[in-house]
Formats: sequence, C-alpha cells, structure tokens
Amino acid sequence: MNDSIYLKIQNSPRFKELVKKRERFAWILSAIMLGLYAAFILLIAYAPQVLGAKLSPGSSITWGIPIGVGLIISAFILTGIYVQRANGEFDEMNAAILKEAEQ
Amino acid sequence: MIRRLLAALGMAALAPSVWAGEALTGEVQKQPLNISAIIMFVAFVGATLCITYWASKRNKSAADYYAAGGKITGFQNGLAIAGDYMSAASFLGISALVYTSGYDGLIYSIGFLVGWPIILFLIAERLRNLGKYTFADVASYRLGQTQIRSLSACGSLVVVAFYLIAQMVGAGKLIQLLFGLDYHVAVILVGILMCLYVLFGGMLATTWVQIIKAVLLLSGATFMAVMVMKHVNFDFNSLFAEAVKIHPKAEAIMSPGGLVKDPISAFSLGLALMFGTAGLPHILMRFFTVSDAKEARKSVFYATGFIGYFYILTFIIGFGAIILVSTNPDFKDAAGALLGGNNMAAVHLADAVGGSIFLGFISAVAFATILAVVAGLTLAGASAVSHDLYASVIKKGKANDKDEIRVSKITTIALGVLAIGLGILFESQNIAFMVGLAFSIAASCNFPVLLLSMYWKNLTTRGAMIGGWMGLISAVGLMILGPTIWVQILHHEKAIFPYEYPALFSMIIAFVGIWFFSITDKSKSAVKERALFFPQFVRSQTGLGASGAVDH
Repeated sequence: MNDSIYLKIQNSPRFKELVKKRERFAWILSAIMLGLYAAFILLIAYAPQVLGAKLSPGSSITWGIPIGVGLIISAFILTGIYVQRANGEFDEMNAAILKEAEQ
Repeated sequence: MIRRLLAALGMAALAPSVWAGEALTGEVQKQPLNISAIIMFVAFVGATLCITYWASKRNKSAADYYAAGGKITGFQNGLAIAGDYMSAASFLGISALVYTSGYDGLIYSIGFLVGWPIILFLIAERLRNLGKYTFADVASYRLGQTQIRSLSACGSLVVVAFYLIAQMVGAGKLIQLLFGLDYHVAVILVGILMCLYVLFGGMLATTWVQIIKAVLLLSGATFMAVMVMKHVNFDFNSLFAEAVKIHPKAEAIMSPGGLVKDPISAFSLGLALMFGTAGLPHILMRFFTVSDAKEARKSVFYATGFIGYFYILTFIIGFGAIILVSTNPDFKDAAGALLGGNNMAAVHLADAVGGSIFLGFISAVAFATILAVVAGLTLAGASAVSHDLYASVIKKGKANDKDEIRVSKITTIALGVLAIGLGILFESQNIAFMVGLAFSIAASCNFPVLLLSMYWKNLTTRGAMIGGWMGLISAVGLMILGPTIWVQILHHEKAIFPYEYPALFSMIIAFVGIWFFSITDKSKSAVKERALFFPQFVRSQTGLGASGAVDH
C-alpha cells in the first residue's frame, strides 16, 4: 500500500464527511447510553425509593423492574441502530471513497 | 461443623465485594456423586475434543491459529463473545444474588452489559481495521514496538493470571458441589482440557467450544425461565407477588438494597465494568476472528442481545428459585439453609422444574462454561507471549510463523501448569477480589493506551509507556490498600484507600500520565509518531490495508 493513496483519502472531502458523520453519530449514541446508565446509578444512590415505588397500588411490580429491563433493552436497541446505519449508509460511503482513491 | 458454601454473591448481602459474582468462593461441602451430570459432562468433553481434532486439521497458518483465519461470522462471534461473558459464576452468582437480594441482582448485571454499546460505538471497527492477532497490534501500530508491546503483554498477562486463578478455584469448588468429585481432580482436569483445546485447536476450536457452551447455557436457562413463568401462569405480577410473600426480606427485594454504598464507589465500579471489558485481552482478541469491520459490528450487536437476554433470564430464575426452591424442604438442611449454599439456587431450581436429568444437564453446562472461558484466557495469554513478546520484542518482527506458534504452544503448556498450581495454591484463599482486580487493571492500563492510540494524534511512545505503567501500578496498589485486601485479607484495622474499586482513580492517573508525558515529549521519534497518525487514521476509518481484507 503506498502512501499516496492514504494522502489522497485523507484529503478527500467525502472521507472528511464520512468521518464527521460517523463520529458524531457514535458519540451521540455513546452519550445516550452513558447518560441513561449514569441516571440509573444516581437514582440508586440518591433516590432508591423511586425505583421501589409500585407501578400501581394493586401491583406487585415496582418501577425499578421496567426501568432496569428497559436499560438492558435500550443497550440492545442502540447497538442495533448503530449497526444498521454503519453497515448500510456508512459502508456505502466508505466503498465509494476507496474506489475513488484507487483510480 | 463445616460451614456451608458461603455463596460468593450471597456474601454480598453481608457487605464484601460485588465482584464475587465472577468467582465462587468460600468453603464448600462436597456433594454425593452425581452420575447423570458426569455422563453429560463427558459427552460435552467428547464433542469438544472432536471439534478440536477437526480444527487441528484446518489450522495451517498463524492467522488460523490466532484468529481462526478471520472466517468466523458476526453471528457466531457474537455468540462466542457472549459465551466469554456468561461464566459459570455469573450464571450461578447472579441468580444467587437475585435469590438473596432480589433487585440488586438486576443492578449488578446491568453494570456488566452497558459497556458493550460503548465498545461498539468507539472501539470495535477501528480495532478490527488496525489489528491482526492481539490488541497490542493496535496499541503499538505507530509507536515503539518494543516498549508498547512489552507493556501490553504485561497488562494482558496480569489480567489473564488473575482471571484464570478465579476461574480455576471456581471450577474446583463447582465440581465438588455439582459432581461430588475432588477439588484437585477438577483443577487438574480443567488445566489439561484447556491446554488440549488451545494447543491443537487454536482459536477455531476455542471459539466453537465457546459457541456450543453459549447455546447450551442459553437453552437451559430459557427452559428454566419458561417453566418458572408457567408456574405463575406467565404473569409477572403474580411472580413478584408470590416472591414478596415468601421472601424473608419481603417488599425489600423489589427495590435497590445495599449493593451500592456511595456514589463514588458506584461510579468507580461502573467505570471498571464498562471500560475493563474494553481492555480484556481474551475479549478483544475475538474481534480479529471476523473478516472485516462490518462483521465486527454485527458481533457486538448479537453479543449485546444474547448477554442482555441471559441477564433477564437469570433475573427470572432467581425469582423462580425464591418461589420453587426456598419453599421446598427437599433443598434445605436442618437449619433451613439451602443445600450447598446460595450459589446452588439455580441448580436446585433445575431439579425442581426439570427433574434429575435436567439437573445433570445444568450441572454439566455450568462446568463446561468454566472450561470454555479458561481456554479463551489461555489463548490470549499465550498470544501475548508469542506474538507480542517473542515475535515483536525479542525477534524484532523477524520470527517466522512456525517458531511463533511453537512459542505459543510452549506458553500454553506453561500457563496450564501455572494455572493448576495456582488453582491448588489458592484453594482456601478468598479470591473474590481477583476478577475485580482484573477488570480494574484492564480499565486502567490496556484500555487507556488502546483508546488513545486510536483517537489521539499527540500520543507518543513515552506517554503511553509511563502513563500505562502508572495505571497498572496504581490499580494494583490502590486495590491492595483498599478495604478488600488491606482489611479483609491482610486483617489491618482500617483501609488506607477508602474505596473498594480503584478504577475511577487509577484511570484518571493513567489518562493524565499519558497526556502529560506525551505533550512534553519533544523527541525526534515523537514527531515521527505523530506524523504516522494520519495514515493510521485513514486505515482505522476505511479498513484500507486491514489484515484479512484482501481475501474478499
């Protein structure tokens, strides 16, 4: 692999666009995940009674259950969203950039 | 009187370490010989040895040996990663924690899961695009090979060693509990089998052993959860209502208990869990077994799904055990304690919902789990020695594949002997902190160097070296001075470092160290290393020139 291809890609506006888009997307999703988890930990530390409150007076299920399970499911959904876009849109852009550079 | 198995996570309720979930500790009482479990375990071992034989026929090059030739699919790799994560202790330990404390079990498992999306978003594809066999390939990509590979190899070996000890001791305890066999028999058996898998089957066999075990464990756990739900007519409301009625802690099992003491400890634990995962050598190695970044991303997606599903199952299993096991006098001794200790909650539940054959199945799967995890660890340790230390540091990159693999195989045998020795040595020690230490070191040494090598242009060899070692030493040091080792193991009056988990502090030390010693590095090589960032960046983003990419 020669250096000129790397240089060409590095200066290509499409490459810059891909990097900007993908990094932004990755950081936003990371922030959502970390934010949700941090909020959960803060709830446990400062307001555990919120998680211990019952869904409704007659129910035995507390809010902590849907919140906890929701956190697990949201981790799965967030990875799904990322993979969907990265393996589709971003990989297409990537293929186009590589093709352009090799010409 | 012999104390019953003080179930690792059962003890969490009494205070000590949350980490215990990954390591079975305390004294155990040997159970009567369990024939159906032994038969099923022998069947599992037989099947995996056949796979090892098959894999050995296909292993021809170093790429085959270290990375299964890059031919594992995203789905298979997702299962294998999930398998690495779903250890016997996390299955028995988390369900035991739910059994004793209810909701705390869910909090604990969430901590283990949330690192995965972050690994995907920030690390997975760059790692795949830059690396070949070990994560040190990535960390040392544009930096001084000798220094950074030595650091990474030490980081890997220390993590592997602590993790291995915890697993070996766990295996010994488990086999006493489940099969009624001797502790030493178990440790030696595990040591020999893991060597066989790695020696002859390399990564291909190690991966398939892990996949089979993951499928068995997930199916077994699913069956148990479904049977529990059937008992309560598939109504969660009555599942929890019944459990609250029966459990001595009543309503308290439905809300957070004493697992998290203060925000700093909670935060530190969370960091270690999240970023420690991103620094575990045996997990990172799995990213090189797939063909490209696309498959690497898919692996994390599937792994997150399987792990999350598994944690939800263990939560249901824990509650099921409260309803079906704690009410059944057959599973209790005269004093009313669970036979074999709280860690047996899930095993007794298997008996309650599926009879003795299913009990044998779950016991065999639990033991197979340890086997699969130690095989992965051994391969990661052997690769750090052969690929990083031997081929790159000693031979300066001029070693041929054959010699490199030979060194790897010798290391595997050495690790096997070492693991058996340490397993026997640590039989009656409290090893609950060791997995915690492994995660903390991974988060404070391997992870910062790896992350910054991919993200930060100004990183230099000097910065990575000094900061990485500072992270490693401070993680070990603070752990020793903290309450877990200083007070509980060394029996001092008061801990010098007040928090149980050092990660928050040792990670800051590592990052600041790396930053400071990088920006103040004005050497000629530093200028060169910074200039090399851009070609590396292009490759990490596009996969141009990535290993394995040419095959397509």
